[in-house]
Amino acid sequence: MVSHVDGNALAGPLAELFQTDMTIAAIECVACGDIAELAQAMVYPDPMGFVVHCASCEAVLMTLVTATESTSLDIRGIARLVFDRN
Amino acid sequence: MAVISRGFFGRRREENPALPPGQYLTEDFPVLSAGPTPKVDTADWVFSIETESGDVHAWNWEQLKALPIEDINTDIHCVTRWSKFGTSWRGVSLDTLFKDIDTSYAYVMAHCYGGYTTNMPLADLLGGKAWIAFEFDGEDLDPEHGGPARLLVPHLYFWKSAKWIKGLRMHKTDDPGFWEQNGYHIYGDPFLEQRYW
Amino acid sequence: MVDGTWKVGDVVRTRTETPSARSIQIDVPGWPGNIAGQHVDVRLTAPDGYTAVRSYSLASSGPDARVELAVDRFPDGEVSPYLVDELRSGDQLELRGPLGAWFVWHATDTTPVQLIGGGSGIVPLMAMIRAHAAVGSTVPFRLLYSVRTPEDVFFAAELAELAANTVSPLDVTYVYTRQVPPGWPVTAGRLTRVALAEATLPAAGDPAVFVCGPTGFVESVATWLVELGHDADVVKTERFGG
Repeated sequence: MVSHVDGNALAGPLAELFQTDMTIAAIECVACGDIAELAQAMVYPDPMGFVVHCASCEAVLMTLVTATESTSLDIRGIARLVFDRN
Repeated sequence: MAVISRGFFGRRREENPALPPGQYLTEDFPVLSAGPTPKVDTADWVFSIETESGDVHAWNWEQLKALPIEDINTDIHCVTRWSKFGTSWRGVSLDTLFKDIDTSYAYVMAHCYGGYTTNMPLADLLGGKAWIAFEFDGEDLDPEHGGPARLLVPHLYFWKSAKWIKGLRMHKTDDPGFWEQNGYHIYGDPFLEQRYW
Repeated sequence: MVDGTWKVGDVVRTRTETPSARSIQIDVPGWPGNIAGQHVDVRLTAPDGYTAVRSYSLASSGPDARVELAVDRFPDGEVSPYLVDELRSGDQLELRGPLGAWFVWHATDTTPVQLIGGGSGIVPLMAMIRAHAAVGSTVPFRLLYSVRTPEDVFFAAELAELAANTVSPLDVTYVYTRQVPPGWPVTAGRLTRVALAEATLPAAGDPAVFVCGPTGFVESVATWLVELGHDADVVKTERFGG
């Protein structure tokens, strides 16, 4: 049984890109409109890349691939990301 | 500036000249999953090929199993660097499925239960190079490994052997599927080490 | 405080916690300090350049440059067997962190806290328990800790000591799923919703809740907590997979 973890696993890879913790950002799912912290999203253990699914409807929110020379971040499953600066 | 970790070698890795560049040989069969495992009942399973004219050729589970079935023994290579020699499968050749298909398009997009997609040239599916596989190692293909059936295209990196295959759609151009849109190579030849863009 | 850069630390001490787990103390020059509940990514590099990265929660918090991890050996794992069986004092370890701003407890929080851990899920909760005791906080802290057998309890002696602490109250309830200690009033078995309700702070008091452990455990517990009336927004979860 392949088990998933959650968006807490993205804290490191995204901190490399955004220089801050993104797991507390509230993410709005394009597919179902659900809004939840990235920390709560479902992340499957694929060594090819992080594929982040909406915990509510399972649609793909974002995909992060660390290739040899560059990092690719696809966020087309996210309608909006709201980051509380406090 | 990496620090070498004393005494760390990763999983047991055998050097072997028959391996494509950058690969290591494994005895396991790692489960890679980008999402939840789809649950597909063979009673509801359908595989279809859709051409540019809108024609759809479809086979249900019984119809697929009634076609000539081949035993396949092949090496497989994952872009995450593991390779497995001599894996055994049973499935239906894409040559059989494409026998009566009329198309002038040269590319294919594979669609899967659960939404995964991957692309390849039609030429890479024909000439005894690809199958719809439903048995691995003498047993029904496990859902974790793509069961009830997966596409098997072993001469390309294994992400092209799409799990939970549902259908193929003919494309005029080599449009990228899921991983190909996310930094992975559009073709994926392991012997040319075509891993990323 | 989150830091996404890689740092090199020196392993200074390792200690067996359970038959399959070890705690590891590492001195990290330039460590900016961390809040209880944060984690690090650990990177191992083989001589041929192959790397493996995994996330591990910190059992420690505060400004000290000496941090502590506790790792459970996953039999099919690539990194955990190395950290539990091979790594030794004097080795170097690459860490990225501290990471995570969500699954954290600040010593200035005054809300009562319910911690629920399964197996190695105790690690970030231990950081919170230690932080709570270190500042002499009188905020009520309750821990429900589910393990297979009594031998599988991480930080057993320290938890017993802290449970006896009269300044910073810590209430500990153990659930043994495979084998109980001699004289235990109930037989071994998985945590149930009824047992959860009995052992945890009631929803009516609006406690902060932290649940950590294997994914299946966390999801069952989180579902029950919401059924028991806890607001889904105040139940924080961290899934370790498995």
